[in-house]
Amino acid sequence: MAKHHVQTTINGDPIEFLCDTEETLLDVLRNQLNMTGTKEGCSTGDCGACSVTVDNRLVCSCLMLGVEANGKKIGTIEGLASGDKLHPLQQKFLEHAALQCGVCTPGFLVASKALLEKNSNPTETEVRYWLAGNLCRCTGYDKIVRAVMDAAHEIRSA
Amino acid sequence: MQDKAKSPMSSEFSVVGTRPVRPDGVDKVTGRARFGADLNLSGQLTGAVLRSPHVHARVLKIDVSQALALEGVKAVVTQKDFAPQVNSTTAFGEGTLNLMHMLTNVLAGDKVLFHGHPIAAVAATNAAVAKRALKLIKVDYEVLPHVIDVDEAMALGAPLLFPDMITEGVKPAPTTPSNIAKRIDIVLGDVEAGFKVADVIIERSFKTAPVHQGYIEPHACVATVSEDGQAELWVSTQGHWIVRMLCAKLLGWDINKIKVTAAEIGGGFGGKTVVYLEPLALLLSQKSRRPVKMVMSREDVIRATGPTSGSSMTVKIGATNDGRIVAGEALLKYQAGALPGSPVGPGCMCAFAPYDLPNVKVTGYDVVSNRPKVAAYRAPGAPISEYAVEAVVDELAATLKMDPIEFRLKNVAKQGTKAAYGPKFGPVGMAESLEAAKASAHWRTPLGKNQGRGVAAGFWFNIGGETTVSLVLNEDGTLGLTAGTPDIGGLRASLCMMASEELKVPLEKIRVQIGDTNQLGYNFLTGGSRSTFSSGMATVEAARDIKKEAVRRAAKLWELPEEAVEWDSGSGSVRPAGPNAGKHTPMTLVDIARIAGKTGGPIVGYSRLNAHGAAPSFACHIADVEVDPETGKASIVRYTAIQDAGRAIHPSYVEGQYQGGVAQGIGWALNEEYIYGTDGKLQNAGFLDYRIPVASDLPMLDTIIIEVPNPTHPYGVRGVGETCIIPPLAAISNAMSMATGVRFAELPMSPPKVLAALDKARAANTAKM
Ligand code: FES
Ligand code: FES
Repeated sequence: MAKHHVQTTINGDPIEFLCDTEETLLDVLRNQLNMTGTKEGCSTGDCGACSVTVDNRLVCSCLMLGVEANGKKIGTIEGLASGDKLHPLQQKFLEHAALQCGVCTPGFLVASKALLEKNSNPTETEVRYWLAGNLCRCTGYDKIVRAVMDAAHEIRSA
Repeated sequence: MQDKAKSPMSSEFSVVGTRPVRPDGVDKVTGRARFGADLNLSGQLTGAVLRSPHVHARVLKIDVSQALALEGVKAVVTQKDFAPQVNSTTAFGEGTLNLMHMLTNVLAGDKVLFHGHPIAAVAATNAAVAKRALKLIKVDYEVLPHVIDVDEAMALGAPLLFPDMITEGVKPAPTTPSNIAKRIDIVLGDVEAGFKVADVIIERSFKTAPVHQGYIEPHACVATVSEDGQAELWVSTQGHWIVRMLCAKLLGWDINKIKVTAAEIGGGFGGKTVVYLEPLALLLSQKSRRPVKMVMSREDVIRATGPTSGSSMTVKIGATNDGRIVAGEALLKYQAGALPGSPVGPGCMCAFAPYDLPNVKVTGYDVVSNRPKVAAYRAPGAPISEYAVEAVVDELAATLKMDPIEFRLKNVAKQGTKAAYGPKFGPVGMAESLEAAKASAHWRTPLGKNQGRGVAAGFWFNIGGETTVSLVLNEDGTLGLTAGTPDIGGLRASLCMMASEELKVPLEKIRVQIGDTNQLGYNFLTGGSRSTFSSGMATVEAARDIKKEAVRRAAKLWELPEEAVEWDSGSGSVRPAGPNAGKHTPMTLVDIARIAGKTGGPIVGYSRLNAHGAAPSFACHIADVEVDPETGKASIVRYTAIQDAGRAIHPSYVEGQYQGGVAQGIGWALNEEYIYGTDGKLQNAGFLDYRIPVASDLPMLDTIIIEVPNPTHPYGVRGVGETCIIPPLAAISNAMSMATGVRFAELPMSPPKVLAALDKARAANTAKM
């Protein structure tokens, strides 16, 4: 079957690609566009490693088809920093040692950014529930939650 | 805890004990870091694995001809394509190695031994073609009866996985085969005599479920083999030299044919210390002469890699009324999975290790059944046996009406204690950990309704082993550090810090990398809590090598004998010593680098060693649990992990190890388990049903780092990564019994099981009234 022609915007750049019907957005990002910052931990929507935003909504890119990106604005980990300036969340993850192996980190950062855009002053419980769809097997979440709260604080006082 | 303060005992250091940002950090928060599945080569094929639909079956015939004929299929392999292997077991790292078993695990031979057992592999132009090809491989099976449970597998008349398996370690050797691969006995003193003088004896039986390491990154690799047989392998692994050796042996290739590069690794916890896809990818690439990429699905990861053993155990401990343990006995039956090699050995050795006991007897069985072959998981074997022992110790303390920490302190292992498994301990931090627990604010905080508090001790040996590190002094005085143990959670940071400390060179002047197998001598893997210890020791030695060379070069320049020049560790420079002091301006490494060419050429510090003296790490954890009497659901409301790190090089990453171990232990205690149907098939091969703790399941995880330096490491380092997964199982179980008044003896303590136990206790109480 012929491939679909998709026009989308990724991290502000207009992007076009061809994909098969069954290809997920995650497959397209990783295998076609070589944007491997978005990770695959399960491909069933259970781990959050593939988190991206679609028109500012947090989505598991493994659960969305590539064709559905047509006309949408996609945000990935590669778009978090601007120039040589890290996003406050990225900076706080580093300062708090909120990553060990780091494979879950892109997903957590994208999800946390989506949280702070909705709620600039989340409680610890709100952070924990928002991030409950992102699995981390290394850290026990302690330093991740602290980093997110600290970043929220920094963004608020900026 | 989050401040930049140094750890308390590190005052003689300026870098060690601080919390700098890790050198690989920016790559990992920007998506730049390349993990196993992040590499693509031009012309790359997709590899896929055909897996057994049966739990136990004889393989009568495999016909790959139709698959090979499919357009786009470039290669198919079965076990016949591998070099023949012999059935012999040798000691290896934290476990054992049997190449025939390993080959059988990579691809089944004349039998499939578990649901999901690999049987053939294909390489095709894309994933869709590969998938179609798998369907075209015709396998004739003769289905056999299966056995899943460990006690059932040991029973007379159980279906046998290997008709020729005679239990090792039993004298005289049994005359009939069984599923018991091996028996292990550890004896210290005389337990019978010990139990005779005991005032109280408690004996309990326990069961634990198999749990998976649960790394978020599935296994992944890319192999490329050129026409002249030179192979390159990119892989997510805990040990690329190990991968190289295993692949070379399985394929019958010379080691020099294979270069292995360790990708960034998305978690391993022991599960990435063996090979699954790697030899297949190499062989498929050799056959097709194209790069082959293989990535496992999450379902396959859970169904066919790892996990660690489930168990069935009985523990009996006797103590006198004054709180002295006089005898400890344990019977440990561990599931090995489909092939021998459970971690029952270390399970036996660790069981009573936190205590100084006169009489110990531990018997262990390594038992095969139709499950995936187990792989190492963080302190392999120890969480299981120590859970059972710590639960009985807790019950003994309660029976004797003693405080559980005091009771443990009375029997604590210390310097000079002879462990039941052989050695005498050097300086260890078990008592210090218990004292810190007792002194903690947590221990004194009142509990709420339906809450209970438990403590438990933990012990893990830690290992050392072969290590190579190189440290290049660049032309401008900056440094390039190459280590060979994959960085799984901050290793690069710790190594840079040690080099910086030793040479007084600022951290940002040191660039660190994990070298490939062609860049360094042999390195054993990242596991056994050895990487900061061993690669750290080698880094310090390599730095000292640089210092010696700097002294030599300055002596040459100044035309002084080497003895007349010294390294000044205060300023990080070389200067003339003794009668020549002050005669020349001291030279920093920047100055030395500048004169390297004319004084003898490039300067490279090098260390290759077999790191001995890895000292054990002991821990004590405190868990507060609240149990909902209506649903049986247990929640962790507060947690403190106290553990001896020897010396915390980067305290944040030490805390991170403690917290990560605790979270895995909490999952093990409360939720995680392999659930089988009567058909012998795993029912929860996915993160939805194999539920590891998520952020909303946990509170903040408090840590207290104890530092009793390890005298054999230049900076006092002990491994820290494994001990921390041990105490949570019993600490939580003990807390649950305090919260509910019911003693639990089975993991996980999932809501249905807890509710059933509570209902039973409530019914018994009503009956009494
Ligand atoms: S890969 Fe999408 S949720 Fe796990
Ligand atoms: S840091 Fe390894 S999974 Fe989160």
